[in-house]
Amino acid sequence: MGTISLKNISKSFGSTQVLNNLNVDINDGEFLTLVGPSGCGKSTLLRIIAGLEQQTSGDVLIDNKNVNRVRASERDLAMVFQSYALYPHLTVRKNLETPLRLRDYNAFERLPLIGNFSPSKKEKTESINQLVNKTSETLKISELLDRKPGQLSGGQRQRVALGRAMVREPVAFLMDEPLSNLDAALRVHMRSELSELHNSLKTTFVYVTHDQAEALTMSSRMAVMIDGNLLQLDTPQEVYDNPSSLSVAQFVGSPKINIFKGTSDSSGTVSFLNVNLKRKSSESNTDLHIGIRPEHLEITNESNDNTFSGTVAYRENLGSDIFFHVNIEDGSNKIIVRGLPQFTHQISNGSGVNIKRVSNKALLFNQAGMRVQFNNAMG
Amino acid sequence: MEAKQYIGEGWKHAILIIGAIVVMLPFYMMVSMSLKSQQEIQSISGGLIGAQETQTFPVCVKTGYSEETCTMKPYQYNYWFAFEKAPIPRYLMNGVIVTLSIFIIQVLVALPCAYALAKLRFYGREFVFSMVLFCLLIPVHGIALPLYVMLAQAGLVDTYSALILPWTISVFGIFLMRQFFMTVPDELIDAARMDGMGEYAIVWKVMLPTAIPALLAFAIFSVVAHWNDYFWPRMVITGNRDLFTPPLGIREFRGGIDSDEFGPMMASIVTVTVPLIVAFIIAQKRFIEGITLTGMK
Repeated sequence: MGTISLKNISKSFGSTQVLNNLNVDINDGEFLTLVGPSGCGKSTLLRIIAGLEQQTSGDVLIDNKNVNRVRASERDLAMVFQSYALYPHLTVRKNLETPLRLRDYNAFERLPLIGNFSPSKKEKTESINQLVNKTSETLKISELLDRKPGQLSGGQRQRVALGRAMVREPVAFLMDEPLSNLDAALRVHMRSELSELHNSLKTTFVYVTHDQAEALTMSSRMAVMIDGNLLQLDTPQEVYDNPSSLSVAQFVGSPKINIFKGTSDSSGTVSFLNVNLKRKSSESNTDLHIGIRPEHLEITNESNDNTFSGTVAYRENLGSDIFFHVNIEDGSNKIIVRGLPQFTHQISNGSGVNIKRVSNKALLFNQAGMRVQFNNAMG
Repeated sequence: MEAKQYIGEGWKHAILIIGAIVVMLPFYMMVSMSLKSQQEIQSISGGLIGAQETQTFPVCVKTGYSEETCTMKPYQYNYWFAFEKAPIPRYLMNGVIVTLSIFIIQVLVALPCAYALAKLRFYGREFVFSMVLFCLLIPVHGIALPLYVMLAQAGLVDTYSALILPWTISVFGIFLMRQFFMTVPDELIDAARMDGMGEYAIVWKVMLPTAIPALLAFAIFSVVAHWNDYFWPRMVITGNRDLFTPPLGIREFRGGIDSDEFGPMMASIVTVTVPLIVAFIIAQKRFIEGITLTGMK
C-alpha cells in the first residue's frame, strides 16, 4: 500500500507564503507528477511529504496514518535527489547497502568489529547482499558495484541513486527532478525507463519536475502548481486539452499556446482579429483571451472570414514539424503555427501567409485568467 | 620563442630556489651541528659533517663517565650523550600522548559543533557562530594566567590533564570545519536522513569522510602547534620531568656547566623534529589527493 494524502498543507518561510492550502490525494501505485515553473513550491511540497521539512499547517497522511510527527527515516519513503546525493566515499555496493543496514541491523550489530559477534547478523548480511544483487541486476549496474560515485558517468549515478531508493522497497518513491542533470538524449531514454520501472514495481511515485514534457509523458496524473497554488490535478491529456486556467494552458504544451485578445458581444459571439467563433461564449459582453495551440492553426492558401494573415518572422524546423513564428498583420500578436514539412517546406522567412484555425479547438479565458466555457459544442 | 619561455621559467625557479635555501638553511645548520664536534662548531669549520676524528669529550668526563666511554666520534657522541643526559624517548612519547589526545578531543568537539553551525537551523545559530569568531580573536597568552589558576585550584598542575584540557575546544577547528561543511550539499544530508541515519551518525559516517582533506589540514595545524608548544607546558609542568614534552626536554641542555654543548643539543633537536617531518610527508600525499565531492554532481 502507498497512498499519500495532503490535507490543507500550507508552508511559509518567515513572511513568504510558499504553499497555499494544498489538498492532494495520491492513490496507491500512481505516478503523480508535481509540475510547475521553478520557485512554485513543488520541491518544498515533496520535502514535506518526505518529512525533511515541517509544514506550517495541515496534515500529511501516509496509508491513512497521520505522519506529521514522524521523522523522515521512519516514514518508509525513498527519495531520489537531483544531484543523486550518493555517498562520495563509499562504493556503489556500500551506497546500496546503507539504507538496508540502517533498517535491518540493530544498534549493537552496527558497531564496528564487536557487532560481528551478534548471532543474527550473518543471516541479515546475507539477505542484504541478496537484495543488493537483485536490485543491481534489475538496474543493470552489477558491474559497477565496486566503483565509487566519482568514477561513474551521470547516467550511471542516476541508476545507482534509483537503486539506493529501490533496494528498501519503500511504500512510495519521491523524486526531485532526477533527470535534470542528464544530457538531452539520456533524459528522453530515462523517461521511458522510469515508466517501465513504475509499471513493474507498481509502487507509488511522486515526481517533481519543471519540465512539462516529463510530466506529460510519464505520469498517470499531473498536478500543476504555480506560485504555491495547486491549479489543476488531472491526467496529462485532460490537463493539455482542458486546462482550468490561462496559466496552466500557457505552462503546459511546447511550443506555448497562442493567446489572442478578443471580445464577446451580447449574444455571446466571440470575435478576435477578423474571425468570429461559431460557438457562443457563456460570458457575454466582455473581453476574453482566446487560446489556440500551434497544432490547431494551419497555413492555408484560402482567404476568407475564417482566416487571418501575417508574415513569417522565424522558421523553426524540427524535421517532423516546422514551427512558424508569425507576426500578425496588425502588429498586435506574435504567434506560432505548426506546419507539416511536406506542405510548407517552401515557405521561408519574411513571406506572407494566411492562417486558418481548426474549428472546435479554441479555449476561452476571462480577464482573471479563469476558463470560460462555450454554451454549446456546435462548432 | 621556446628559449624565451625557458628564461621566464628560469627566473621563477631561481627566485623559488633562493627562497627554499633561506628556509632550509636553519635545518642544514641543525643537522650539521648535530654531527660535528664542539671545536668545529665554534670555529665554524668542517663543512656539513666535520672531520669526525675520534676524541675524548671533556664534558662527558666531567659528568662522571670513564675516559674510555667518553672516547668516540663526534656524531656518535652527540646523539649518545643527548639520549644519555635526558630521557628523550620519554619526552617523545609525552609529545605523542599530548598532541594526539588534544587532536582527537578537538575533532570530537569540533565536528558536531561545525555540523550544527553549518547545517542545522536553530534559534540563535548566528549568535553562537559570531561567538566562535569572537573567540578566535582571544590570544592564548591573554588567558594563560586565569587558566593556570583554575587548573591549580583543581589540583591538575603537573598532570597530563593540564597539558591537554585547555586545548580540547578549538574554535579554529570549529570555524575551519564549519566553512568546509557549508560546501557539502544539503541533499547529501537529506539522503542520509531518508536512509535512516540520525544526526550523530550523519556527522561521523557522512560528514567526517567527506571532510578528510579539511581535517588533515587542521591536523597539521593542531599537531605542529602543540608538539612545538613551549609556553604552556613550561607553565603547567613545574617539577615532574616525566611529563616533559619535547620542547621542554630540549631545555635540559641549556644552563649549568655544559651550557655550550651545542652538539648534543642539536642532536636532541633533530630527534624531536624528525617525527613531525615524517608525519607531514606521510600526510602530504593524502592531503593533496583528498576525497573530492565529485560524486555529487
